[in-house]
Amino acid sequence: MDYSYTILILLLPMLSFIVLGLAGMRMQHKVAGAIGTAVLGIVAVLSYATAYFYFGNGRSADGTYEKLMPYNFEWLPFTSNLHIDLGILLDPISVMMLIVISTVSLMVHIYSFGYMKGEKGFQRYYAFLSLFTFSMLGLVVATNIFQMYIFWELVGVSSYLLIGFYYTKPEAVAASKKAFIVTRFADLGFLIGILIYGYYAGTFTFEPETQMLIAAGGMMPWALGLMFVGGAGKSAMFPLHIWLPDAMEGPTPVSALIHAATMVVAGVYLVARMFPIFIAYAPEVLHWIAYLGVLTAFYAAAVACVQTDIKRVLAFSTISQIAFMVVALGVCIGADTHEGLGYMAGMFHLFTHAMFKALLFLGAGAIIHAVHSNEMSAMGGLRKYMPITHITFLIACLAIAGIPPFSGFFSKDEILAACFQFSPVVGWMMSIIAGMTAFYMFRLYYGIFWGKENKELHAHHTPHEAPLSMSFPLMFLAAVTCVSGFIPFGHFVSSNGQAYDIHLNAQVAITSVCIAIVAIVLATFMYMKEQQPVADKLAATFKTLHRAAYRRFYMDEIWMFVTKKIIFRCISTPLAWFDRHAVDQFFNFTAWSANASADEVRGMQSGKIQSYCIWFLIGALAFTVMLLLV
Amino acid sequence: MNILSFFVLIPLLMLLGLWLSRSLNQVRGVMVVGSSALLLLSIYLTIDYLGLRSAGATEEMLYTDSYMWYAPLHICYSIGVDGISVAMLLLSGIIVFTGTFASWKLKPLTKEYFLWFTLLSLGVFGFFISTDLFTMFMFYEVALIPMYLLIGVWGSGRKEYSAMKLTLMLMGASAFLLCGILGIYYGSGAQTMNVLEIAALHNIPLDLQRIFFPLTFLGFGVLGALFPFHTWSPDGHASAPTAVSMLHAGVLMKLGGYGCFRVAMYLMPEATQELGWIFLVLTTISVVYGAFSAVVQTDLKYINAYSSVSHCGLVLFALLMMTRTSCTGAILQMLSHGLMTALFFALIGMIYGRTHTRDIREMSGLMKIMPFLSVGYVIAGLANLGLPGLSGFIAEMTIFVGSFENADTFHRVCTIIACTSIVITAVYILRVVGKILFHTVKNPHHLELTDATWDERFAVICLIIAVAGLGMAPFWVSDMLHDSVNTILSAHLSILK
Repeated sequence: MDYSYTILILLLPMLSFIVLGLAGMRMQHKVAGAIGTAVLGIVAVLSYATAYFYFGNGRSADGTYEKLMPYNFEWLPFTSNLHIDLGILLDPISVMMLIVISTVSLMVHIYSFGYMKGEKGFQRYYAFLSLFTFSMLGLVVATNIFQMYIFWELVGVSSYLLIGFYYTKPEAVAASKKAFIVTRFADLGFLIGILIYGYYAGTFTFEPETQMLIAAGGMMPWALGLMFVGGAGKSAMFPLHIWLPDAMEGPTPVSALIHAATMVVAGVYLVARMFPIFIAYAPEVLHWIAYLGVLTAFYAAAVACVQTDIKRVLAFSTISQIAFMVVALGVCIGADTHEGLGYMAGMFHLFTHAMFKALLFLGAGAIIHAVHSNEMSAMGGLRKYMPITHITFLIACLAIAGIPPFSGFFSKDEILAACFQFSPVVGWMMSIIAGMTAFYMFRLYYGIFWGKENKELHAHHTPHEAPLSMSFPLMFLAAVTCVSGFIPFGHFVSSNGQAYDIHLNAQVAITSVCIAIVAIVLATFMYMKEQQPVADKLAATFKTLHRAAYRRFYMDEIWMFVTKKIIFRCISTPLAWFDRHAVDQFFNFTAWSANASADEVRGMQSGKIQSYCIWFLIGALAFTVMLLLV
Repeated sequence: MNILSFFVLIPLLMLLGLWLSRSLNQVRGVMVVGSSALLLLSIYLTIDYLGLRSAGATEEMLYTDSYMWYAPLHICYSIGVDGISVAMLLLSGIIVFTGTFASWKLKPLTKEYFLWFTLLSLGVFGFFISTDLFTMFMFYEVALIPMYLLIGVWGSGRKEYSAMKLTLMLMGASAFLLCGILGIYYGSGAQTMNVLEIAALHNIPLDLQRIFFPLTFLGFGVLGALFPFHTWSPDGHASAPTAVSMLHAGVLMKLGGYGCFRVAMYLMPEATQELGWIFLVLTTISVVYGAFSAVVQTDLKYINAYSSVSHCGLVLFALLMMTRTSCTGAILQMLSHGLMTALFFALIGMIYGRTHTRDIREMSGLMKIMPFLSVGYVIAGLANLGLPGLSGFIAEMTIFVGSFENADTFHRVCTIIACTSIVITAVYILRVVGKILFHTVKNPHHLELTDATWDERFAVICLIIAVAGLGMAPFWVSDMLHDSVNTILSAHLSILK
């Protein structure tokens, strides 16, 4: 099979970005949107075709899918064995990611027609979407770690540009800046990790020679750990998660695409990409990553329970769900399909989560579009006004809560099974966090569609169902969410490439479903009615805790302290002062002292005969005295 | 006639033409024709050079030529170029060309301004083609003097102070440099001032090297904004008119790095190995110090000047790392920094020309008012913070990968400290972009301002194309530099063995 057409998957979005970026301002909104969407349509078709051919072609003799590189050329040479290559790598996870990205991106392109209608900068918006899609696709098909870093930075910038899309809003500007700087800080770790990796492994490719890795000894865990710091930044792991909730200032479809489905899972993808080296040379780092994941998942779930801005709830739910994937990868104890179950589970969850979380965000977008507010207080009782949004949102909620037969159930079940296999403690903790997920998602669901309706606001401006351009993506993604759990995912992606049959672990499945149902019932009891005495009473009783959780346990304040106070006040300001008042003054002083001594000497060249006479006489006298003394 | 001599001849003819011209249009005509000729010549030279190399030319320098002009001291007008100088000539060609357009509407005394501007270019071009120590030094001085007048007469703010400070500090540095050059000449015992021949002799005694290496390195290093001798740069840049800032940060500061590499490190490898670490510490400080200082500045030009301290510090840092890759990275960084800083200063000049302020607290929402300039500014900012696809990224990555080849703790620590600058760069760039370009327009007077005119657009677009071109297709430059860097480093590598 000839895969040379895959270059179009990258080139088309890039061309679309260039065309829309340069000529977009002179186009009509519809034309610009149509170009972007059409290009994405072609990319999606090509991605599906690639997946069809790739997985359809069958396995090679050793039972794995062959790794293919239709393109790989040397872009920037450093030394004889270190160079940055740009190319396309096709293997099970990259092909899987191609499907995820092109599907969600296409849906977002279509959706934005309705959502962004009449916005100023519509063309710019589509240009940035194309840029993002190009960068994200380039990231997943990277043939080496440096190519990944290149596109990693590019997705960071696209995210920056899209978060700051409404650039006249101060919050959006601040959020975009924060997102970029926090991830840049994390990327410093990534870069140093790459440098160590390149030096000791002797290559930037993903498959270094074994003896080099063995010779590297203790340095490989460092390299991989530092790389994960970069991944933790992009994937919003605690404590680098702080940029993601603020990133919700961007347009909602952007949140769906970048901050829910694709870019934020780049860190998970990175760990999956380096998985063979992780598991062979740094399993202990992998387990630390798992513990960090558990902490993040719990923290984010706790915060999500009390937020009132629907996009924030979804943002924290994203952080928590990504942490699930990270935990899944971290609890692997070996490379074979059984010990590496978590690998398959994490990738599976990445796939299903991308679909239902994009659905949730797009649904939230439709709601925000209808009520012109992000706050739950402006909502309530929306089910009668927006039936399609209501049903699709409910499907996504059931999926994320882990209720069969929706997709989230299957992937989450595999993750929990992998956790129990690693350690019962982790398994139980993750089960409880899964229960919290069900609780806060249904709190959100009831808060939006049931609960107390804000009649005053709704009388003033009756909420309406979204136009077809917006409801079609919702229905499509809902359909995907309903069926994607039945994909035999283990046949396509597994830790060592061998086929793996997903079999439900009855014990784990029953426990997790029970916990989810209890959580949903609890949420129904607390939030479905117009009056919510239990919830209010709980919030009043645990006031401090409630407040702390609402303020996200003050993580942002701590970060602000570090950046504003320490970097700005304690390092930069004194340094700038030192530069102006010490270094500069030293040179000014040199100049001044030259000047001053010249002034002194100048007095002698006064041009007055009398003073010359006196100086002459003094000199002569002194000379005489000297002669006499000698 | 040797093709390289045209780089001196064309500016000379331009000077003559400017002197004879009677009207503004004639002045502009001379400048456009002359600077285009220089640009085309440098592009032609690059292509021809690459052609000769691929045809198998293995000499260290090509297009060499030599005329004796002062026999008693063996001073020759010796010229020749290798990959590094070709890259620098190309950079100078682009910047002189775009600088002409960036000062299209400059008043008053346009003719005199362009006279000095051309003289400055003459010095720069002459420096990069010379292989004779004394001729090199002479061109260096030719480039310095016009700076004083250009800043002192056409500058803004505390221009007399800045012009004086800049000139005195650089003159002080060239005093060191002269000592260094004389030391090299007498120390080597060569009957020539030609760099190549002195390097081939390779017989400067170590105890003399210990004295003259620091003098030479410092002499050039001051021009490359080496901490703590960088303080001429913020004031100088802030006061200089737009095109002079462009030429100064874009090309003149590169003379420093180029000289350090070509003269100090090439001719005195033993002392470089022995004493290089002192300067390595200073450059590491430069990198971080410049970046942190830029974070709190409020004047656009000061921010950029400190950013230049940081980025030029990285050039010297990479040179002193003394691996093939890091030195190639240093030259790439000179190219990249030259282009993107020129772009930055051009844009700042254009914004200043409209708002009459460079204080970032007094501007906001410029994106709405002047979209072209603002987009240009964002691109320049992204190049500065090392976005892949623009020139900053390839240079920095080459430097870091190269520096990491030194496996001892001292070099590793320096490298990691220098790496942190990529985060701080992001902080100060995004701070400015957020403050002046985004938000709503606060100052109602700014609403009446207009976007860029054709000459400004032309200059900006040329520079953006160059920045993106280098960033997207770096392989040809890095191939061109590799062999030349190798020749210069060969003495170092043989010592290490």
